[in-house]
Amino acid sequence: MSKSRASGSVASIGYASGPLFFLSVDAVAYMPSGVADEEAVRLRAALTSAAESVATLMQSADEEAAGILEFQIAMLDDESLSEPAFAAIAAGANAADAWSDAMADEIQGYEAAEDAYFRARSSDLRDIAARVLRKLSGVAELAPPQGAIIAGKDLTPTQFLAMDWTRGGGIVLKAGSPASHVAMLARSRAVPMLVGVDSLEAANGDLVLLDAEHGSVVVGPDAEAQRAFMSASAAHRDRVQHAQLRVRDRAVTVDGVAIDVLVNIAEPADVRSLDLASCDGVGLMRTEFLFGHGLPDEATQYAAYRTVLEWAGDKPVTIRTVDAGGDKPVPGYTLDETNPFLGLRGIRLSLSRPDVFRVQARALLRAAVHGNLKVMFPMVTIARELAEAAQLFELEAKGLAAAGIPHRMPPLGIMVEVPAVAISPEGLAAAAFFSIGSNDLTQYVMAAGRDNNAVSMLNDVRNPAVIALIGQVARFGAAKAIPVSLCGDAGGDPAAIPALLKAGLRSLSVTPAQLPLAKATIAASRAMDPIDGAA
Amino acid sequence: MKDTRDLAEAQVLITHEVGLHARPSVKLTKLAKGFAARTALALHADGPWVDAKSIVKVMATKAPKGSTLYLRAEGEDAAGAIAALVDLVRRDFDEVGAHVEVKG
Repeated sequence: MSKSRASGSVASIGYASGPLFFLSVDAVAYMPSGVADEEAVRLRAALTSAAESVATLMQSADEEAAGILEFQIAMLDDESLSEPAFAAIAAGANAADAWSDAMADEIQGYEAAEDAYFRARSSDLRDIAARVLRKLSGVAELAPPQGAIIAGKDLTPTQFLAMDWTRGGGIVLKAGSPASHVAMLARSRAVPMLVGVDSLEAANGDLVLLDAEHGSVVVGPDAEAQRAFMSASAAHRDRVQHAQLRVRDRAVTVDGVAIDVLVNIAEPADVRSLDLASCDGVGLMRTEFLFGHGLPDEATQYAAYRTVLEWAGDKPVTIRTVDAGGDKPVPGYTLDETNPFLGLRGIRLSLSRPDVFRVQARALLRAAVHGNLKVMFPMVTIARELAEAAQLFELEAKGLAAAGIPHRMPPLGIMVEVPAVAISPEGLAAAAFFSIGSNDLTQYVMAAGRDNNAVSMLNDVRNPAVIALIGQVARFGAAKAIPVSLCGDAGGDPAAIPALLKAGLRSLSVTPAQLPLAKATIAASRAMDPIDGAA
Repeated sequence: MKDTRDLAEAQVLITHEVGLHARPSVKLTKLAKGFAARTALALHADGPWVDAKSIVKVMATKAPKGSTLYLRAEGEDAAGAIAALVDLVRRDFDEVGAHVEVKG
């Protein structure tokens, strides 16, 4: 008999076996020495050791993470940060209390900042505060053995990045959400991960079999459980290998329906190592990367769009105008709103800032001559928004024509992510195409935030209400000859693909890493309902 | 050893999009530390002045884009320190191509 079993939802598909490693709880018990000099020595040692740990972490971090860690090191090295703590120690406080109080003041200063970017730094300071406290209490840095299955309530992206995943391993979380940042990291590095695992009865070091395909964990497996795991994981490995061999094949369902499978990219660099033959084009090119550092000029945008269009040749490239706002703030552009997901984001923001939107329109119009460009607008809710955006493109095209600059008007389509559009798409029949943004559509239909772990169970694209709306949009598109595609996370999720095909979708856009399994899933699915033959 | 010849001052407009943010602050304090001169900065001509070598103090000014940075240095290489700091701010702290968080 196996010791115990538990189940959860799959956040990153795959199999792993290894010793269980529970993340330590943050409750820190510090034993004061009672001597001021000794407390000061301890705090100094903890600060040095914390800075060293961050420096070690920095060696393997990518550029973006390194920037954050460098800031943390600079803070730890700065005596101004610890001065109030040392003063409190001299006045009789113990090192842990003195440090906690000093940092609480510092954190509060950042939390009170008007600027969202300075406010966000409070999380860095919390990270610094906790790290030094752990050093003070002698709690070791998180260092699970290689290949361990990490278990805990939740896992932060920093913790994930601090771990060595080169020798396998997996993640089993009690809380957590498949939409969280750490789940995205796990998927991109192929680390198997389950979330929502409630009742894991196990001890540190127990052998655990993690099946993050069907969503189960076996602790202390018996011979039979081991055999079942070996055969399921081998079958999965074969499927992945097989899928990779056939990634250049056109995706066709069991009942013979060809499905377009395109890719979602976040920046031109994403296509550099991608085999053009493995996809049917770019279904979504995001442009937020251009706005990472304020507002980009026309030449920068034009060069980026042109790179991808030239890479794709004749295949379509759908570029989305900047989708800032919501959870994607852009300094100097987005507003600080109390409810940003229901605020001025996507096309709403673009239309409110024609000075910025015009520049993007001109860059797109000029880039259009270099390939098969389509342009789509995010967060369109009513017909007037599409009309105004189209008008702005017309105006810029006229300007370019007058100046004798080569350009072309691309088909202008919309993202379908606001429930109003999915419920009555006829209002937006003027769109050249529809691309369903299933992430936002799901969170708006289910009234459950994407990154909120507490409601992750509700944030389900396979809920009948969401599928019904997707089906309605697909049928409307088919009736009016408006192409319909889907570019949300669901498009690449093997668990969601069959339902999306049954709902009538014939075009999906997925991340490049998801191409092989998405195509293999399509090849094993039916597009038509076998009972009544309806799409 | 105070000597009026070893004082330098300047003011420069912050044009960097997010202002004196984490990475720019790290660069600025690192650069300041490379000089022997005591360096200080402020958001107003009459202060309050903070140590330009302290990341904690510099970040705490929370200087947004469009603010004028007043710089002051005192010591042997004061003029060089001020010139280098002004140049860094004018170059927008060499910050290009940073990322925003991008999700579906």
